Amino acid sequence: MNTIDLETTDLRRANRLLQGRAREGGAERTFTVTNPRGAHALAAGLDRAIDVTIQGHVGYYCAGMNQKASVTIEGNAGVGVAENMMSGTVRVTGDASQSAGATAHGGLLVIEGNAASRCGISMKGVDIVVRGSVGHNSAFMAQAGHLVICGDADDGLGDSIYETVIFLRGAAKGLGADCEEKEITADDRKILAALLQRAGLTDQDPGAFRRYGSARRLYNFKIDNLGAY
Amino acid sequence: MSMDTSHLRESQIFDRATIHDIQRAASEGIYKIRGFGAKRKLPHFDDLVFLGASVSRYPLEGYREACGTDVTLGARHAERPLTIDIPVTIAGMSFGSLSAQAKEALGRGASAVGTSTTTGDGGMTQEERGHSTKLVYQYLPSRYGMNPDDLRKADAIEVVVGQGAKPGGGGMLLGHKISERVAEMRTLPKDIDQRSACRHPDWTGPDDLEIKIRELREITDWQVPIYVKVGATRTYYDTMLAVKSGADVVVVDGMQGGTGATQECFIEHVGIPTLPAVRLAAEALRELGLHRTGVQLIVSGGIRSGADVAKAIALGADAVSIGTAALIALGDNRPDLAAEYEKLGTAPGFYEDWQAGRDPAGITTQDPDLSKRLDPEKAGQRLANYLRVLTLEAQTLARACGKSHVRNLEPEDLQALTIEAAAMAKVPLAGTGWIPGQGF
Repeated sequence: MNTIDLETTDLRRANRLLQGRAREGGAERTFTVTNPRGAHALAAGLDRAIDVTIQGHVGYYCAGMNQKASVTIEGNAGVGVAENMMSGTVRVTGDASQSAGATAHGGLLVIEGNAASRCGISMKGVDIVVRGSVGHNSAFMAQAGHLVICGDADDGLGDSIYETVIFLRGAAKGLGADCEEKEITADDRKILAALLQRAGLTDQDPGAFRRYGSARRLYNFKIDNLGAY
Repeated sequence: MSMDTSHLRESQIFDRATIHDIQRAASEGIYKIRGFGAKRKLPHFDDLVFLGASVSRYPLEGYREACGTDVTLGARHAERPLTIDIPVTIAGMSFGSLSAQAKEALGRGASAVGTSTTTGDGGMTQEERGHSTKLVYQYLPSRYGMNPDDLRKADAIEVVVGQGAKPGGGGMLLGHKISERVAEMRTLPKDIDQRSACRHPDWTGPDDLEIKIRELREITDWQVPIYVKVGATRTYYDTMLAVKSGADVVVVDGMQGGTGATQECFIEHVGIPTLPAVRLAAEALRELGLHRTGVQLIVSGGIRSGADVAKAIALGADAVSIGTAALIALGDNRPDLAAEYEKLGTAPGFYEDWQAGRDPAGITTQDPDLSKRLDPEKAGQRLANYLRVLTLEAQTLARACGKSHVRNLEPEDLQALTIEAAAMAKVPLAGTGWIPGQGF
């Protein structure tokens, strides 16, 4: 195992070690990063199957555009954690700030605390599981993938949503434009159970969730829908 | 025999085009969406002239004495700055908005003369990467098709904040242009209207942008330049803030800049013309001590000729970018397609329905039958010819002003034909020393 101490290693070198670009560290598969102290863009651009544990809070865009890597943040994450992730797993043991998992195309993002506003904004295939609650306008313009919320959702949930599926256990303060509750089938519950299993949240009962998705009324602009905009 | 209309007086306020617009709105109940760019008359580079050499200036000999045209972009932070052989680049236009053949043709034409082309909303296609020796990858609010592998294939990255045709507005690709391939690249269902967000999903403001740019550099190992593109509005401040955020290159797109599809009220009424925008951006860079040294300025919006190129450079641009003119060079609005344009209720020289997907030239369409009408090799050759002409014209004017490189053109080489242009470009009204706002 390789330990990277951000107190003595600058960000660029730390990322080069994690990305396997630095001469030493290319063969390592397990990393621990200490003293992150809110560093931005930490562990961004990883594209190999490694395990990274970050001991502490991180700033913006931690694990941005992640591919294949498994990154665990033992603390809170700033704006845009795992933004545009393609594959792999990112886990935040604390809370996540705005735009967690924004535009992410794949992989699994687990937030064990709460997520702030716009969680899963424009998500494009990622699966996001939040043990706590999410802020306003989560899953805004969300295109594909699943957003699982074990707590509550603030106003504007799923505003202008496309084909993302939302599973919500608690209450939504309000749904956004074109988002509606859908019937939840046995197959949906199997998908949900598998997501909870992957996230390690096996204490959550899939039977307690409701499903939300797009009403598809705003997919094509119609003047009759003007009031919705 | 047609009726004598000489006694009829058309209203200046309610002219026939305006009356038609009102009638169309009353009939359809929806605003007009179209492509192309601003059609209204605006102060532009035509309102400036070069002084040329005289007793106090020596010209250079055409065809004999060299006049350089190369531009190096992004040496401020990037390990691999991008050098283009001519000061004209191809602006970002999406696959989706344009056919794959058109994107390939843009790559072929640009590569033939050693310059770059740019992706657009919707991601990078193999055709354009394969045929573009120098490719700029746009990082847009929608992040359609965005992935780190393509990001690392790019020769530069352009963070798009806005564009001149619609500063503050997002994109719109109407359902009838969404082929299966376009839908798949954008991760959206086929046949639905695809909106591109008007603001980025994970940053707001210059402080965030600085962190975002740093993230992009970390992902690409600080190898390639990062541009920031803005629509021309508060250009002085936008340029300052883009530089503060870490941009290597600032791209300013004036309100004459084209679009694939936007509300007409947006195209004609938001943003400022290219003429003041280039001057404002250059002023900001000069004030920062980075003009012609640390940060490059690319200007677009209504560039048509080598004279426009040279004037933009004289006012402070390092290079210009073309979109609409490039499509025209490929074959848009061709006269030999008159019969087909007539079926669409228009004529060569007027076709603007780039949003509709029925382009008889095979450029702004996803229809396979229409798309295959465009031969990428021949269209690319036409574009290369046009780019060569722009460059030759710019060199001709630069030599006439005694410059051995086009970048040596300067505001002192220009005078204005109108008070408006003099005020906007801050060059003297021709024959006077007067710059409005700077006293007599």
